[in-house]
Amino acid sequence: MSELRKVNVDGKEIEVPGHYTLMQACEEAGAEIPRFCYHERLSVAGNCRMCLVEWVGAPKPMASCAMSVNDLRPNRDGTPANIRTNSAVVKKAREGVMEFLLINHPLDCPICDQGGECDLQDQAMAYGRGQTRFDEDKRAVEEKNMGPLVKTNMTRCIQCTRCVRFISEVAGVEELGLVNRGENAEITTYLQANLKSELSGNVIDLCPVGALTSRPYAFNARPWELRKTESIDVMDAVGSNIRVDARGAAVMRILPRLNDDVNEEWISDKTRFVWDGLQRQRLDTPYVRKNGKLAPTSWGEALGVVAERLKGDPERIAAIAGDLCDMESMKALKDLMGSLGVTSIDCRQDGAALGGQGREGYLFNSGIAGIDEADAILLIGTNPRLEAPIINARIRGAWLNNGAEIGLIGAPADLTYPYAHIGDGAAALEGFAAKRGGFTALFKKAKKPMIIIGMGALARPDGAQILRKTGQLAARLNVVRDDWNGFNVLHSAAARVGGLDMGFVPGESGRDVASILDGAGKGEVDTVYLLGADEIDMSALGDAFVIYQGSHGDAGAHRADVILPGAAYTEKDALYTNTEGRVQAGFRAVFPKGKAREDWSIVRALSDVLGRTLPYDDLAAVRATLETPAVSAFDPAKLGKAGKIRAGAFVSMIDDFYLTNPIARASAVMAQCAANASGLAEAAE
Amino acid sequence: MLDDKDRIFTNLYGLQDPGLEAAKKRGAWNGTAEFLALGDDWIVEQIKASGLRGRGGAGFPTGLKWSFMPKEVGARPHYLVVNADESEPGTCKDRDIMRHDPHLLVEGCLVASFAMRAKACYIYLRGEYIDERIALQKAIDEAYKAGLIGKNACGSGFDFDLYLHHGAGAYICGEETALLESLEGKKGQPRLKPPFPANAGLYGCPTTVNNVESIAVTPTILRRGAGWFSSFGRPGNVGTKVFCISGHVNTPCNVEEEMSIPLKTLIERHAGGVIGGWDNLKAVIPGGSSVPCLPKDICNDVLMDFDALKEHKSGLGTAAVIVMDKSTDMVRAITRLAYFYKHESCGQCTPCREGTGWMWRVLTRMCEGKAEMSEIDMLLNVSTEIEGHTICALGDAAAWPVQGLIRHFRHEIEDKINTYRTGKSVHAVAAE
Repeated sequence: MSELRKVNVDGKEIEVPGHYTLMQACEEAGAEIPRFCYHERLSVAGNCRMCLVEWVGAPKPMASCAMSVNDLRPNRDGTPANIRTNSAVVKKAREGVMEFLLINHPLDCPICDQGGECDLQDQAMAYGRGQTRFDEDKRAVEEKNMGPLVKTNMTRCIQCTRCVRFISEVAGVEELGLVNRGENAEITTYLQANLKSELSGNVIDLCPVGALTSRPYAFNARPWELRKTESIDVMDAVGSNIRVDARGAAVMRILPRLNDDVNEEWISDKTRFVWDGLQRQRLDTPYVRKNGKLAPTSWGEALGVVAERLKGDPERIAAIAGDLCDMESMKALKDLMGSLGVTSIDCRQDGAALGGQGREGYLFNSGIAGIDEADAILLIGTNPRLEAPIINARIRGAWLNNGAEIGLIGAPADLTYPYAHIGDGAAALEGFAAKRGGFTALFKKAKKPMIIIGMGALARPDGAQILRKTGQLAARLNVVRDDWNGFNVLHSAAARVGGLDMGFVPGESGRDVASILDGAGKGEVDTVYLLGADEIDMSALGDAFVIYQGSHGDAGAHRADVILPGAAYTEKDALYTNTEGRVQAGFRAVFPKGKAREDWSIVRALSDVLGRTLPYDDLAAVRATLETPAVSAFDPAKLGKAGKIRAGAFVSMIDDFYLTNPIARASAVMAQCAANASGLAEAAE
Repeated sequence: MLDDKDRIFTNLYGLQDPGLEAAKKRGAWNGTAEFLALGDDWIVEQIKASGLRGRGGAGFPTGLKWSFMPKEVGARPHYLVVNADESEPGTCKDRDIMRHDPHLLVEGCLVASFAMRAKACYIYLRGEYIDERIALQKAIDEAYKAGLIGKNACGSGFDFDLYLHHGAGAYICGEETALLESLEGKKGQPRLKPPFPANAGLYGCPTTVNNVESIAVTPTILRRGAGWFSSFGRPGNVGTKVFCISGHVNTPCNVEEEMSIPLKTLIERHAGGVIGGWDNLKAVIPGGSSVPCLPKDICNDVLMDFDALKEHKSGLGTAAVIVMDKSTDMVRAITRLAYFYKHESCGQCTPCREGTGWMWRVLTRMCEGKAEMSEIDMLLNVSTEIEGHTICALGDAAAWPVQGLIRHFRHEIEDKINTYRTGKSVHAVAAE
């Protein structure tokens, strides 16, 4: 931090840190500075010239986004430099820039999707001239193809290059650029290839005009007719803060919300564009399988059938919670199973060897914001680009801004930063600490080292052994210290940490997921309750009676004998705990479809039918029973189990980023994205 | 008039061999080691005392610019970059220096780099300059071979490397920070200032960017003394200068003359006068295409230096004198310049990207008279909205010729508009 400096803004003397830009100083003084190209999370371009302010005595107005208070000299008489944001010079400069921006802009606001939330529109109103003096033909620019997500109308582009800077700086790929020069300058992808970054949708938010808009949302709604609900995303374990915009019963779009500690202001394309999946493949009424076919039925009948099954031998009953579940419904199901004496419950569909050993053993302990401070990061069995693109962007930020070095143990992956590939699997992990030089030396020297272990290492039969080895490594390299906990587990399921926190894991002599499947196949388990669980091998369930509670007709519903229609994440007030253990509340944007109900209340109703009424009547009462586990002394060396690790590379669990859950698989947009990512779309053209 | 003995560029016309031996006979590389022995501060002081102002257009005092470089070389090396991207229409002085007197430049690079503690110097050459590249590279190779540059340059113990980089022919790359971007391998677009190159220039290291002529004159200033150099011209505008005279003159030429020479003297003595005599003169652009033109009544007695031309709201620029006689259609001439700036605008910042095209289109209509009278003032207003609001000086350079046109030749635009309206052709009116 730099020293405080005095500066006089519009006659008001204020004191600000010297590294502040003039724009920040002016805002500190309460003056509003219009801007287009400036964005606080991107590098300064200074090219729109809208933020010009007058430094009294300087020959020209200054771009306030690019000049720091330290660059100012005091006046000759020693008084602080005078900045004017409302003088004639500034007014003329703003009017001029505004006019230049508009002369080649089509002014097609009535048919532009940006209308109503357009910086150009707003600032033209506030700072522009009343009318045009431009009497020439306007420039038109051909539309560019950027793939299934980003729709272009490049005639509207004002060449602020926010999109180019985002894609190259944050997303970390070289997919967008400014070609040609002068008034022929155009933003385009190379040879109009599709954007393939999993963060590409953010350029739509960044674009201050209607040049880059959302293709799936195109011409669907106007911003002022949308109902806006602040909520939490469940597509990955980051818990990105989102705003769900809905009209009537339909979600029309999803936008990011600002949270510096979690997603800053970015969201992944899956988070942003999954909303069309909320309208498709929905379970909107209870079903019961009759004569081999699922038939619609009433809640009463469905719950009655389920209750009958659950009255059986608790040893032969099991419950599995899926990746998108909220904490309230998992808690209700856990309590219900507990009251029935069922101990075979599990929230780890992928079989990750986590839980039961203290909370820090399965959290992203450094915090997502902690990545910014890290100076060496060791990735084990994870591909953060696919598992949590927001975290991957943060890691890239640490590499770019903090000089962090990154190493990877696991299958090589196309990350967005250079990394040292230490090895594929066990040998590299076991030999890491003993190595001299290379990344090991950098890691040992690091002030804030991070180990990030992913499901590619943990969701294996020998996951517990890998966890032990990793924990020992963390202990040996002193990654966990009094003031810094660099041991991190990167989850890929939004429900996972919440489930582990409440102990949605097998009780005494209970079965875990693998054992449930095994038991069902052998006929030892004859009733399986799937709470939104679709990622298990349904064919392994054998002849078991399957109850599926969830929102989408995916693998689980196809196999089910009874379907209890639940609510998707946009349709319920619910709590989620993200990978760093942060509990966040999502809110209902639209009502559940048809006869579907909020999930916890389905379980509560079922408990009534079973005669084992759960002790809560409303959401607040459920939440009151949720507790964060107490923090105990954390010894990473004791995590997992001792034993040998098998051969074979640690491969990320995600092979198709766009199709990881039932909602995404129901989305046509995600299907297009998946085809695009695999190159099929372009091959078909 | 400058005596032959006082000329710095004694082979400007290429009448002699540009090679090392011939250059040495003309004085180049004479006593270089001795200047270096006197230390970097001494050199900077000499250049400051000589009153040399940058020859690239802006006229910033060269010695002062050099003194902005950090006194000690820290973790970041220092660089000298020589701007040989001579693209200003009308300007062709550097190319003759590089073709015919390249050793003065090479020697200047060594001296200036030594003064700024730079171990490496880059010459950024205009893309179209092929012969110049060959000539300059030959001189650099000769100097390396003779031990004048390279390790232990001139036996001074100073290790110095000189690189010639060939650009791709974009006018904007003559802007110093765009030049640095281009040199780094990026798109040639100007950077925001501050930070200035002396702070963070090439690869983020302290860098000074100088014009070819500024660098090439320094060894001779050191040899003959600051007092000798400052004895030419007026105070504040001293030294000798290569003028490029083109357009409607009988013998267009490059000529080295003393600063502050009257424009009329310069044209009549060296360029054989205006075609058809001085009274046939209509206007002169005195400093390369970017400065406002001057009408004949100012040209009669204006002095060719920074301050005198500034008083007349023009500038010395690169001292490229473009002479236009009475056959010139001023509106078309300036329209052609407006087209040039529209074509060369990099497109980075708004006023220049959008404004240059607008001005060109309005002027194009005005050439035929298809405009409203009120549009003349609008055009002037648009030019002032570009001027001073851009990242680099290209916006100013595009605005000034238009402002000069309207300031001095407004009546010509009005004539065209009137002619178009009355249905009589422009030429008929001119003939009447």
